[in-house]
Amino acid sequence: MAKLETANALMELREALKEKGAALSQANSPLSTIQVKVTMATCGIASGSKPVFEFMKDELSKRNIPAKVTQVGCMGFCYAEPTIEITIPGKSPVIFGYVNLKKADEIIEHFIRKGEEIEGSIQINYETA
Amino acid sequence: MAKQIRIALRNCGVIDPERIEDYIARDGYMALASVLTDLSPEAVIEILKKSGLRGRGGGGFPAGIKWEITRNVVADQKYVVCNADEGDPGAFMDRSILEGDPHVVLEAMTINGYCTGASRGLIYIRAEYPLAVERLKTAMGQSRSMGLLGENILGTGFNFDIDIRYGAGAFVCGEETALIHSMEGLRGEPTVKPPFPSVEGYLKKPTNVNNVETFANIPIIINKGWKWFSSIGTEKSKGTKVFALAGKINNVGLIEVPMGTTLREVIYEIGGGIQYGKAFKAAQTGGPSGGCLTVKHLDTPIDYDNLIAAGSMMGSGGLIVMDEDDCMVAIAKFYLEFTVEESCGKCSPCRIGNKRLFELLEKITQGNGTMDDIDKLRNLGTVIKETSLCGLGQSSPNPVLSTIDNFPEEYHEHVTGKKCRSKVCKSLMQYLVVADKCIGCTLCARNCPVDAISGERKQVHFIDQSKCIKCGACMDKCKFNAIIIN
Ligand SMILES: Cc1cc2nc3c(=O)[nH]c(=O)nc-3n(C[C@H](O)[C@H](O)[C@H](O)COP(=O)(O)O)c2cc1C
Ligand code: SF4
Ligand code: SF4
Repeated sequence: MAKLETANALMELREALKEKGAALSQANSPLSTIQVKVTMATCGIASGSKPVFEFMKDELSKRNIPAKVTQVGCMGFCYAEPTIEITIPGKSPVIFGYVNLKKADEIIEHFIRKGEEIEGSIQINYETA
Repeated sequence: MAKQIRIALRNCGVIDPERIEDYIARDGYMALASVLTDLSPEAVIEILKKSGLRGRGGGGFPAGIKWEITRNVVADQKYVVCNADEGDPGAFMDRSILEGDPHVVLEAMTINGYCTGASRGLIYIRAEYPLAVERLKTAMGQSRSMGLLGENILGTGFNFDIDIRYGAGAFVCGEETALIHSMEGLRGEPTVKPPFPSVEGYLKKPTNVNNVETFANIPIIINKGWKWFSSIGTEKSKGTKVFALAGKINNVGLIEVPMGTTLREVIYEIGGGIQYGKAFKAAQTGGPSGGCLTVKHLDTPIDYDNLIAAGSMMGSGGLIVMDEDDCMVAIAKFYLEFTVEESCGKCSPCRIGNKRLFELLEKITQGNGTMDDIDKLRNLGTVIKETSLCGLGQSSPNPVLSTIDNFPEEYHEHVTGKKCRSKVCKSLMQYLVVADKCIGCTLCARNCPVDAISGERKQVHFIDQSKCIKCGACMDKCKFNAIIIN
């Protein structure tokens, strides 16, 4: 990315990035898309989140489901790693725990594609500042 | 209201730690921008002082005051150090912040440089954290190329850059003076304070040392204001604390709760209760320097001062939960073993005293202790605390003293009854065959590694206590529950 020469340039960049981010999660925005976050801190990776991350990236694109798959740090649910968070545009995020490749496949087919409720979700028990 | 509020962890699990754009979209580097363009160093320090933020690395020293002290020393060069040594067994708060949100630490250190007059920062991180190191390096590269770190930051003329230094995993190197000596290429041994690092630190220059989590609170305090921050927490402990919740708890994990949350809320509401429905016995805070909290502390609001009053301390945030199966004498011995291993050996109370404490505990857990030994533990522990050079020795007897205070009956049972109620201390247990359950299948005898079991087929078997090494193999193998621990 280009060098920011002033504080104003930073603020402009932030506004542009924020708009893009907001548009991603709005149900009716032209940019809107499903967001998948895979926990890739040491705890997640040690429990096997790397293959899950690759699987989500590859399979969503193979199955023609437009989605943004990103790695993130620890969500705090170390007992249930690997954990992944799915946000369907216009809906609240849902976190799943103990995700292996089989579970990942179920999440893609049933939760994402068919919009069904499936087992294994973890209640988000915090607010974020 | 949610029991947890994520402030230091606000970006962890939310942003991609390897993308600076994600951080900026969450107001990243905005605090730095406003500090550099709108605020004087004094004004920033004033905000921090009013916020009530205290150091999260253990001591709980007010961050704003430390920054002010460093600022007020006149010197040609000053340094900012981020303490990412995180040596407490079972603690991983700092690692999670560095892995999930590395930019927040870079931003806060740069703000500190502006306030204290330092142009260089050093992150002292243990080499066992390769992923955190890698993400820090990626983040540093990104912020440099975007003009957020290095020369002429955001065109304001302010220069600040950061280097990484590696620790080799010695617990004592988390102590700030030892940490500084380690970075200077000297032995990682503490020196007497004063002089405090803020006055005379790295290469004898004023050095502001703060913990990772302390830094992670800074940008948001500037963005949201000290009033917001100080509205969270208790009178003397503001904001939140991240804990690594571990031990016999259902939901092992990383939590961030407002100061003043009770242990009951942490264990039963956030932690999902004790594993297998067992009874809660104690929680160790502050790792090897801390003490245990018990049932009578379940409703005490957790903050710096209440933990000290309860004979423990905040420490850096390890919180290990113990249940009825844990023996408190053995727990104290476990921590002492760690301390003996980690003592740098520079001063004799710590080097020799802790070894003696450990030996006394070993004697008690082996069934050879006397009531006199318990008094010795108490007296020696107190002397070690009062006479050791650094915080390691000054706090290492805490696990012993606090378990004696809170669980005197367990010590007495080990000494007078030669009994360990939790069935942990092997020397005090006996594996016995229950005569009317044993059908004489010989399975146990065939599995005993030391041939301690005798008995004819279809006859009741017998365990020779002088041979038994208490491995438990017989009990695991017996299909008739005929072997018990006495
Ligand atoms: C034996 C010992 C180990 C310590 N280990 C750490 C550590 O791993 N991380 C840390 O931040 N502080 C550690 N400290 C505390 C530091 O000396 C220092 O107080 C702290 O880094 C200051 O930062 P803060 O004011 O932001 O908490 C340790 C102290 C002692 C006595
Ligand atoms: S108290 Fe222990 S760790 Fe600290 S200087 Fe003395 S011997 Fe070293
Ligand atoms: S506990 Fe181990 S050593 Fe002792 S009798 Fe059983 S199998 Fe043998």
